[in-house]
Amino acid sequence: MVDMPVVQKAVVVSNPQGLHARPAELFSRLALEFESDIEVIRDDLRIDAKSILNVLTLGAAQGTVLVLEARGTDAEKAIEALERLVVSDFKTDETLSQESSS
Amino acid sequence: MKFVDFVSHEAIRTDIGSEDKESVIRTMVSTLQEVGKVAEDQLESIVEAILKREELGSTGIGRGVAVPHTKHPSVNELISTVAVSKKGVDFDSLDGEKVHLLFLLISPPDRPGDHLRALENISRQLRDDTFCSFLKQSKEPQDVWQLLEEADNNQFVS
Repeated sequence: MVDMPVVQKAVVVSNPQGLHARPAELFSRLALEFESDIEVIRDDLRIDAKSILNVLTLGAAQGTVLVLEARGTDAEKAIEALERLVVSDFKTDETLSQESSS
Repeated sequence: MKFVDFVSHEAIRTDIGSEDKESVIRTMVSTLQEVGKVAEDQLESIVEAILKREELGSTGIGRGVAVPHTKHPSVNELISTVAVSKKGVDFDSLDGEKVHLLFLLISPPDRPGDHLRALENISRQLRDDTFCSFLKQSKEPQDVWQLLEEADNNQFVS
C-alpha cells in the first residue's frame, strides 16, 4: 500500500457561480468512480472528494485554487478526469436552467 | 455567514410528515409565504423552480440532509428555512439514505456569493455528528433555532 502512486494537481475554479451544490455533486460522483483515495486541499483545509457535504465545505468561489490529490492505482486517471471537470466549468445545463428558472 | 443571518426563525418546522419530495418542498415554501418572506403570487413559481433544479440532480448531500434551492427574482435577499422529518423523505440522495433534515434556500439571481457561503456554512456545521443528530431529533422549532444559534457561536465545530 505504501507504493501506491500519488498524483497532485492544482486547479482554479473558474465558473462564476463557484463550486455550489450541482458542481459539488458532479465532482463527488465522478470521484466515486475511482478506487483511489481522493482529497481536495484548500489552504489548510483537506477534505474527502467523494463526499458532497465535504466538497461544499470548501466554499470555493470563482478564482479559488484547489489542489486535487489522489492516492491509488487509478490516481492519474482520477486527477485527469476531475481536472477536466473543473476546467470545463462543470459543463452541464446548470447555468442555463438556473437562468431560465429565474 | 451565520445561520441566524439567513434562516427564518418563524418558518422552521419540525413536524414535516409527508414522505415525498414535492410535498415537503411545497410545505416549506408555503411556510415561508405564511410568515411573509415569499409573495403569495410567487409561491407556485418558486416551488416549480426548486423542483426543476431537483431534476438536474438531487440536492440530498448525504448524512440525511438535503438543501433544495433556487434562484428567484422575487427575493431581494437570501431566504431560508429548516424542516425536520422524523419519518424521512425519499430524496434520491447520493448515499441513498432518506432525508431527515432540510435547508431550503431561495436566493436573488445576482448574489451567487451569498448562496455559496450559506451552503458552505450548512455543510461545515453538519459535518459535526452531534450537531447533525441533535437537529434531526429536534421536537420543536425553538430547539432547532437554539441549535443553530449554538452552531453560530462555534459550540459544535472543533
